[in-house]
Amino acid sequence: MGSENDDGAAHDGASAPPAEQRTATTLRINAERHTLDLDHRRVLLDVLREDLDLTGAKKGCDHGQCGACTVLVDGRRVNSCLLLAVALDGCEVTTVEGLAGEGEELHPLQRAFLDRDAFQCGYCTPGQICSAVGALAEAAAGHPSHVTGPATPSGRPVPLDPDEIRERLSGNLCRCGAYPRIVEAVEDVVVP
Amino acid sequence: MAGTGTAPGATHSALGASAERREGRLKVTGGARYAAEHPRPGRAQAWPVPATVARGRVTAVDATAALRMPGVLAVLTHENAPRLAEPDDRTLLVLQDASVPHRGWFVALVVAETLETARAAAAAVRVDYAVAEHDVTLTTDHPDAYEPETVNGDFPGRREIGGPDGTPAAVHVDVGYEVTPLHNHPMEPHASTAHWDQDRLTVYSSSQGSTTVRDTLATMFETSAEHITVVSDHVGGGFGSKGTPRPDVVLAVMAARATGRPVTVSLPRRHLPAVVGHRAPTLHRVRLGAARDGRLVSLAHEVTTYTSHVREFVEQAAVSARVMYAAPHHFTTHHVVRLDVPSPSWMRAPGEAPGMYALESAMDELACELGMDPVELRAVNDPEREPDSGKPFSSRHLVDCLREGARRFNWSGRDPRPGVRAEGPLLIGTGVAAATYPVLVSPSTAEAEARPDGTFVVRVNATDIGTGARTVLAQVAADALGVTLERVRTEVGCTTLPAAPLAGGSSGTSSWGWAVHEACARLAERLADHGGSPPVDGLTARADTEGRADAESAYARHAFGAHFAEVAVDTVTGEVRVRRLLGVYAAGRILNARTARSQFVGGMTMGLGMALTETSTMDPAFGDFAESDLASYHVPVHADVPDIEAHWIDETDPHLNPMGSKGVGEIGIVGTAAAIGNAAHHATGVRFRELPLTPDKVLRGLGD
Repeated sequence: MGSENDDGAAHDGASAPPAEQRTATTLRINAERHTLDLDHRRVLLDVLREDLDLTGAKKGCDHGQCGACTVLVDGRRVNSCLLLAVALDGCEVTTVEGLAGEGEELHPLQRAFLDRDAFQCGYCTPGQICSAVGALAEAAAGHPSHVTGPATPSGRPVPLDPDEIRERLSGNLCRCGAYPRIVEAVEDVVVP
Repeated sequence: MAGTGTAPGATHSALGASAERREGRLKVTGGARYAAEHPRPGRAQAWPVPATVARGRVTAVDATAALRMPGVLAVLTHENAPRLAEPDDRTLLVLQDASVPHRGWFVALVVAETLETARAAAAAVRVDYAVAEHDVTLTTDHPDAYEPETVNGDFPGRREIGGPDGTPAAVHVDVGYEVTPLHNHPMEPHASTAHWDQDRLTVYSSSQGSTTVRDTLATMFETSAEHITVVSDHVGGGFGSKGTPRPDVVLAVMAARATGRPVTVSLPRRHLPAVVGHRAPTLHRVRLGAARDGRLVSLAHEVTTYTSHVREFVEQAAVSARVMYAAPHHFTTHHVVRLDVPSPSWMRAPGEAPGMYALESAMDELACELGMDPVELRAVNDPEREPDSGKPFSSRHLVDCLREGARRFNWSGRDPRPGVRAEGPLLIGTGVAAATYPVLVSPSTAEAEARPDGTFVVRVNATDIGTGARTVLAQVAADALGVTLERVRTEVGCTTLPAAPLAGGSSGTSSWGWAVHEACARLAERLADHGGSPPVDGLTARADTEGRADAESAYARHAFGAHFAEVAVDTVTGEVRVRRLLGVYAAGRILNARTARSQFVGGMTMGLGMALTETSTMDPAFGDFAESDLASYHVPVHADVPDIEAHWIDETDPHLNPMGSKGVGEIGIVGTAAAIGNAAHHATGVRFRELPLTPDKVLRGLGD
């Protein structure tokens, strides 16, 4: 199962913010436990990218406007650039690096993105994939979206057609314009 | 005739096959590293300070508070930054003097241990200015407007055939169009990581061409190019805005030199509009005169645009009219005004995208005036030779694209009357527009190696900005070597590889592929001399296409395309939604059906944004773009984009390059905005002449 990491030595004394502006925080990231002495200003995205060298989550805007930094926290998709990491003590974080199975096996969404050519530059891709994982879980849990019909029974899984997928992934921008292929890739995973 | 995706001969040749992206696995697992993702021990982070006035001089910089913060390493300003030798592009001359040519120009750079400290310290740097009057407002009658000698692409600013007013025309169109500033906004902000080791410099830069980055840094830092390595391995899009070096790389190299540390500069998203280039606004006047049968007797396209005081860049928006349609009286010109605005630069299909929006909208207006089908109007005006140069086309096939698109779109069933198809509060309409983009190609070098284990390695400093360059170049190599694709590996994205031009102007694959093809053909000959297998230490061949790739052609070489759109206009909210979008292209041989389709669709998506959502406003009082982040500058999102279709004609053109390819990166955007605008007219009966078609404009138009 996971391993223990004490990443607390990230800051040396002279150049770090004073102790009252730092707090020891424990996060479980991709099934590994990390305890870090965190600058209170540090957001989850920068913990991943700067402290842990998990650069799969991307920084596109740093303002929660593009979705490139999407990861899963306790199973729910979030913009990691908007979450102060000290507030996540004890949380479970899954990034794109943690989606694939053991060895060479890809997550079905990762495989579908490859099969459909659902990306070009690749910069939004980890966020699109994590967002899709979250969106599938939300639909399975019966969460409606803006385009869910009023007659759809509540509390039951919401079927995901292309309009539902488009609506639910609209927080993830792709400037290369891979949207139609992304929708197909997600459909491939929805409909076996 | 029309391709559906599988090129003929795909089973016999690697070229044309729908090969999967070679770096795909890295991209879907998060393993692909971009420019800011190469940490070295001791790496520092830097944060720029943009000017907060539109014009003036820096009179004082007080960095005391910033320098007092724990973890701040340096504050660079024009007073203490390393001196730079002058490059060709003056937008790179940052922190060299006190002048502020536009708001957002960088006036300081904070280097710190962490991003948080760098950001906080940048906010604490106090800059005083002597403010001067500024002018950022573009008008067609601006007193400082001038007619430039040349425009972007080195085209003449003005061309005139037969005088502007000649033969009497039966039908006239004289209309104005407006395209606001537009921003490239690639998903990866401009970023560079630089590290000096004695006199050797290593840079990871998000660029469309690292050979140019290296050469520019060698000039500016007065260092030998051999001492500089620039890596652009994975690049998160560029769309022109990373075509040449941008200030991030200059700042990173300066900061690394000043602090002795590896430094990353990753530009904050909100800084991008002012410092990485943008599509300048264009004001168009198009005058068309035609005979009753639709044949043009006169065509005039006049464009007014702006540039900055830092450098002259003129969006060549009237140039495509010189390629598209012939008329006995043919007049195209540009006027440009130097304003106190950020420097414009390349954005996907510079010139063609706004120019063809205007020209193809005017053609639609002419078709309406004539009572003629807009596909037929374009067909009767399809020229035998390029109107401006008189050269024969190497291939054109525009009419084939229009006909094939019309067939696929079911255009023949269209009722031409505008404003008559209602679905409740929605009005439905369809529109068509043509597209063109020049075939550009530059000299490149490349190397191919045969290894004793039966595999091959191709080396060329190409850049994969999302086009699939690694993959398609392996296909070119496999084809030239006559081996299976699996046996070929490609190395791209680093200046230690054979020098190559940028990924831009839809020319990358043609330029690099030409050199790869030649190196591989030469290698195949040498292998044959060795009885088919290489010696134990391998066999290598090189190629340099200088003198051939850039040779003048006897032919006019352009890609063409046709776009068809269906829109629904909500008469209550004013919202325009695209229901269908279809493109058919004549782009030479398609070398990888899968990645080419993705590029066509991507261009069309950006065209949809240009038509409906993307706009930037230059605030006259502050001299600032009002929409400078992704919350206010609306690039299309999933919900805006229907299932876009892209198809192509199987076109054979022997006058291009050994692969017969034309380039596919830009033509997708070119006619899309006009097709959508024309569809909006067909839906509503109202002609909208200012992009984008946002609800405020649509409701105003419907109310008139």
